[in-house]
Amino acid sequence: MRNEPRHGAWVIAMSVAIALMLTMLPLPEWAEHARPEWVTLVVIYWVMALPQRIGVGVAWLCGLLLDVVRGAVLGQHALALTVVAFITLKLHLRLRVYPLWQQGAVVLMLVALEQMLVLWVKGFLGLSPEGWYYWLPALVSALLWPWLYLILRDLRRHFRVK
Amino acid sequence: MDHRQHHLESIRGGISLLLSPLHYLVNLPVQIGEWAGETLATREALQEENTRLRSEHLSINARLQRLAALEEENARLRALLKSAPKVAEKLLIAELLSVDFDPFTRQVMVNKGSSHGLYEGQPLLDAHGIMGQLVHLSPVNATAMLITDPSHAIPVQFNRSGLRAVALGTGAAERLEIPHIPNNADIQVGDLLVASGLGGRFPAGYPVARVIHFEPDPTQPYAEVVAEPSAHLERSREVLMVWPVGWEEEAEQ
Repeated sequence: MRNEPRHGAWVIAMSVAIALMLTMLPLPEWAEHARPEWVTLVVIYWVMALPQRIGVGVAWLCGLLLDVVRGAVLGQHALALTVVAFITLKLHLRLRVYPLWQQGAVVLMLVALEQMLVLWVKGFLGLSPEGWYYWLPALVSALLWPWLYLILRDLRRHFRVK
Repeated sequence: MDHRQHHLESIRGGISLLLSPLHYLVNLPVQIGEWAGETLATREALQEENTRLRSEHLSINARLQRLAALEEENARLRALLKSAPKVAEKLLIAELLSVDFDPFTRQVMVNKGSSHGLYEGQPLLDAHGIMGQLVHLSPVNATAMLITDPSHAIPVQFNRSGLRAVALGTGAAERLEIPHIPNNADIQVGDLLVASGLGGRFPAGYPVARVIHFEPDPTQPYAEVVAEPSAHLERSREVLMVWPVGWEEEAEQ
């Protein structure tokens, strides 16, 4: 492991940066609630593909950035992403052999879990949002997962990120 | 820790500074669009706009002359009454960046930060009224909470009747709620709400909202009052940062 050169850290950094940009990209009012959790999806992918490199620590860092981008209380997304990364780490061998739609189902569960944790923190602070559409991002994220997976996999192979 | 005591504001500021290139990158297409729109506008359209702005400028200038005279008179009268004259407020124009936040909150980002002298809790106006206040600062940009944010409240006064109240944000774009108004209060639809200046954060007298719904309900202890913000919260691109009188003490807290 030690002898292997660690290629393409910049590819991972770029993908996270693009995910953050997509998170703050202005959307029309009606689409605002359906914005997928880009950062979560990217973190899930990299933890699954390179578990020896990307783990709970990186997920925590990404969560902190996400907190600032969304103007949330520092740490709420960090906590949620840490838990999501931990579960992905435990499941990564199984996830890799699943067909895409089944991966999508697991992603639905993971993103819903993330939102649940965020909702929990928000509830503590007395800021809990109302309405069923709070859960919409989980569904949209799961539907987008196959495409994101294919794009990131091709990028990873092309730049030989190990 | 972050929510109640704000110990982590400096860390948030640092991360925000780190992320500011991304913010500008996201804002770039909008800026390019505006630039292209201005560059490619026809000569006639520009001339038309120019004429319109000139006449507007003239009429505003005329009103300003009267205001200057009135201010002078006010200062004189206050001197007669031996009360301190009101000091003029300091202003700075900033631009909003087109970036989105959590859809369940109402926040915006401005392109000026603590290096321009902005401070936490500073009020934010547009040409039509009060928009909100700054909540997070980094050296190059700042995040403001709009008055419609569900966790925001602003002390107001009904301009016509002088009744004082608090206007709460609802999270909806164009809606403020005013709770705890008795059923027999002197309120009409269309009444203007201005900042009362209580609490010392917002400058007194600036318009905040207009009442669009007033329903006294005899079965409830309080009436239902809904108001629409005067400021164009979802449309304004340029905003005014205000340093109200006595902001130095406010910033030190």
